[in-house]
Amino acid sequence: MEQLKTIGRELAMGSQGGFGQSKEFLDLVKSIGEARSKAEEDRIVLREIESLKRRIVEPGIPKRKMKEYIIRLVYVEMLGHDASFGYIHAVKMTHDDNLVLKRTGYLAVTLFLNEDHDLIILIVNTIQKDLKSDNYLIVCAALNAVCKLINEETIPAVLPQVVELLGHSKEAVRKKAIMALHRFYHKSPSSVSHLLSNFRKKLCDSDPGVMGATLCPLFDLITNDANSYKDLVVSFVSILKQVAEHRLPKAYDYHQLPAPFIQIRLLKILALLGSGDKQASEHMYTVVGDIFRKCDSSSNIGNAVLYECICCVSSIHPNPKLLEAAADVIARFLKSDSHNLKYMGIDALGRLIKLSPEIAEQHQLAVIDCLEDPDDTLKRKTFELLYKMTKSSNVEVIVDRMIDYMISINDNHYKTEIASRCVELAEQFAPSNHWFIQTMNKVFEHAGDLVNIKVAHNLMRLIAEGFGEDDDTADSQLRSSAVESYLHIIGEPKLPSVFLQVICWVLGEYGTADGKFSASYITGKLCDVAESYSSDETVKGYAVTALMKIYAFEIAAGRKLDILPECQSLIEELSASHSTDLQQRAYELQAVIGLDVRAIGSIMPSDASCEDIEVDKSLSFLNGYVEKSLEKGAQPYIPENERFGMVNISNFRNQDQLEVTSHGLRFEAYELPKPSVQSRTPPISVASSTELVPVPEPSYYRETPQTAPVPSSTDTGPSGLKLRLDGVQKKWGRPTYSSSSASTSNSSSLKVVNGVTQVDGVSSGNSKTHETSYDSRRPQVEVSEEKQKLAASLFGGSSKTERRSSTGHKVAKASSHASEKFHTSKSTTIYSADNVVEKPNLVQPPPDLLDLGEPIVASSAPSVDPFRQLEGLLDSTQDPGTFGGTKAPDLMALYAETPAGGRSAGVALPLSLSRDGDKFNTRIVKCK
Amino acid sequence: MIKAVLVINTQGKPRLTKFYGFLTVEKQQELIRSVFGVLCSRAEKVSNFMEVDSIFGPDSRLVYKHYATLYFIFVFDSSENELAMLDLIQVFVETLDKCFRNVCELDIVFNYNKLHSILDEIISGGQVLETSSTEIMRAVEEISKSESASNSISLVPKTVSGWRSR
Repeated sequence: MEQLKTIGRELAMGSQGGFGQSKEFLDLVKSIGEARSKAEEDRIVLREIESLKRRIVEPGIPKRKMKEYIIRLVYVEMLGHDASFGYIHAVKMTHDDNLVLKRTGYLAVTLFLNEDHDLIILIVNTIQKDLKSDNYLIVCAALNAVCKLINEETIPAVLPQVVELLGHSKEAVRKKAIMALHRFYHKSPSSVSHLLSNFRKKLCDSDPGVMGATLCPLFDLITNDANSYKDLVVSFVSILKQVAEHRLPKAYDYHQLPAPFIQIRLLKILALLGSGDKQASEHMYTVVGDIFRKCDSSSNIGNAVLYECICCVSSIHPNPKLLEAAADVIARFLKSDSHNLKYMGIDALGRLIKLSPEIAEQHQLAVIDCLEDPDDTLKRKTFELLYKMTKSSNVEVIVDRMIDYMISINDNHYKTEIASRCVELAEQFAPSNHWFIQTMNKVFEHAGDLVNIKVAHNLMRLIAEGFGEDDDTADSQLRSSAVESYLHIIGEPKLPSVFLQVICWVLGEYGTADGKFSASYITGKLCDVAESYSSDETVKGYAVTALMKIYAFEIAAGRKLDILPECQSLIEELSASHSTDLQQRAYELQAVIGLDVRAIGSIMPSDASCEDIEVDKSLSFLNGYVEKSLEKGAQPYIPENERFGMVNISNFRNQDQLEVTSHGLRFEAYELPKPSVQSRTPPISVASSTELVPVPEPSYYRETPQTAPVPSSTDTGPSGLKLRLDGVQKKWGRPTYSSSSASTSNSSSLKVVNGVTQVDGVSSGNSKTHETSYDSRRPQVEVSEEKQKLAASLFGGSSKTERRSSTGHKVAKASSHASEKFHTSKSTTIYSADNVVEKPNLVQPPPDLLDLGEPIVASSAPSVDPFRQLEGLLDSTQDPGTFGGTKAPDLMALYAETPAGGRSAGVALPLSLSRDGDKFNTRIVKCK
Repeated sequence: MIKAVLVINTQGKPRLTKFYGFLTVEKQQELIRSVFGVLCSRAEKVSNFMEVDSIFGPDSRLVYKHYATLYFIFVFDSSENELAMLDLIQVFVETLDKCFRNVCELDIVFNYNKLHSILDEIISGGQVLETSSTEIMRAVEEISKSESASNSISLVPKTVSGWRSR
């Protein structure tokens, strides 16, 4: 590779033209290479395209020349210019009998065309013919093209030939045929479902290369359905054994390692097959252990194999010896100077930590080094690891670090991801309400435009509903702390819109609730917001509604209303706004101010955002009004999507529509285009037209304020009519359902934990003896105190745990409860697995467990209370279920609920802020 | 599976691009540009791996290796092993080196089609097919042998060239 240093000696040698290309082409490449700017390059390429366009259509071009033109086309397209004018010539070239031309043609079409291109139809025939060719190189070229160009519809045209080629005498052809078949499986699994047994057969191919290629499709098949391939476990193990024992021809060695790529694939497959299957896993232990021992860790590829072993070990049924070997390798990776190996080490640690959480503690300093490494890739990987090992005791440190990092980066994609992770962790593990609010503030402040709007809805809902079940004081404390922090933040310039919405809502709802701040102070702040973000209508809408709420509460409390002049002018300005929404809100506000205490009490009850409200879906109270309007000649309402082109069938269709909807609104009708033009009084039109009529006259609301909830109900739709508050409690604190799923659905992970528990017992016992072994076991490196502290807070977490439990916060209760529950279920498995270890001693570690002498927790904080620590460990042993598969769906489910909840939180306020712009689309004014 | 193989020089000019799923020319250019943008900003002596979800969509990793004036880049998903991919780049470059005896950027530019033949021997349809550079060399040499054979034949009128395949 040393010679490669001379790469790109200089471009000047191009003019020799010794590469079988014409001088012209060489000159082109040279001039492009020397181009100073993109514009200059573009000019050159465009000139080239012009000349190619002209020349390629000339009659009687020599074949060799044509080939060069095609190559030049490919080159031009690689530089990003359109070469589609020449595609047809490339297609023609595939028809040529000459191998060189045919290969060039195939190369060009695979680069130019996609599988759905119109020209493909001209190639399929040629491919069919070439697959039957006697020349295996032509067959190979055709198979390459098959991989790229054949789509679902054309698969049957070539499938029989490809299958036949699986038995070709040349191994190169067999390999490519397998790949083609694999590609077909990717594109349309059903088209080759009857041929899958071929892959099994080819596993026994006489050529190891073909066998190796077969592992690719098998890997995919096993990923989708491991159970049908359990019978192959023994075969895979024996193949791996043979490979590892150097039984393959020398040609397969790579850097003195026997066929490492095949080993890696096999290990991947074994990992899939052994996952959650004790019996299958037991077959694998020996061979994986052998590879651990034999594999050369000095070469890159050797480490690749070792890494794959760790992945395999962490996926199959755990074996203490292998876990130990894996931990050793991880330690080597993490201690290495190579960033690549550190990266792999962190990744591997993340995998193994699910099985043996204590291993992270051995490497805490290495992890912290990686966290502070300038290498971004490594840093992100480390954050991923921290995310996996977050628990209530270290959530504060981890989330703070994440937020710091989030603030420091510009990559919006990753910023979004890390922001949502922060939110997720904060929602799940927050040690205190105050911390939670502060954290959310930071996330919103720095990434507010990137986080999902549902996060904001969740936050509002959480503040509204509180966290404790009966603890009213805690709730109001939370609200006051939220209000206070928002008043503090509100002055900052350029806050994200979403965050401002939350702020306005909370200030409106709770700004004056605790009596700390006067109404005029709060309203003044809200006015400032509306003025400084005057281009953001949503924020203004939130601000006005918040103003209205505050005034309403003032009136309800019997205080004299003192409207600041700037508020007054804001309201006036908005009542002339171009936005009908803002206008309406402004008029609503004015209407509300004019009401007396009693009326206000009923339309705007204080702190009622969480109450359920009954919504009259049918809007029956409007029927009379509609009847009257219709009698006066108003046209019935027709939903917008039904207004065109349905007149002919409308009479016929109307019949059955009337039957179904004899009374009440049919919300489903909006989904299907159903005409209702001629109907006398279709209920749908009833509601909407009435709703529309009054819009132009503002006084309407003053007279009949109770109609106001109607719009929100219409746009929430049938699914969101009731407030759906379930899931809120679960979201906060440790979700109860996730803990139960961890213990019930994951029978495998329970067994997994089994092995861990012993270690847990050991580590907890150890903390008594560690003082003696402490010094000898510590890494000799001098470590700064700061780092030590960080390590302690990340991995030990003793002090935090204590505080957490003393707050009596719900999170703590939930988690400790969960861990207790978990503990019991675990102890049962331990008995069943006839383990010698006594019931894991959370309460009293017996002294006979102290002998292993691995000071696992020792380094973090010598003063740690062993029981606390053990509890922390148990927490995280239980986490795999929560972290891995189960959590994501849970969160999704929560998100799915939010729109309804977030919105309905607003519904409680009659003239609420829950309106979207689209409401106005659904009800179009159609009155005369 | 492997999503793309890119060879870009240090000025950001693509020297070889191969995408294993179809992408429009514009999209390809965009990807090449953003990959190059990210690679430029990488410091020396950091890892050769990157997660590039923001460029290539979810579950995308990238491994690159810097040789003189060229970046060799493989983009793939989580079913591949990063370290192994790094070695696959090595295999690719070793093969090029054997093929061109002391390969340089210029060889790569001018022997565009040969490069593609080599790559097609290593990766097929996004899956790693062959990892032994001797095997790859053998296959490529066989191709060029029979190509030169057919080249000389191509001077013969087309009707006669039919016997060649016997």
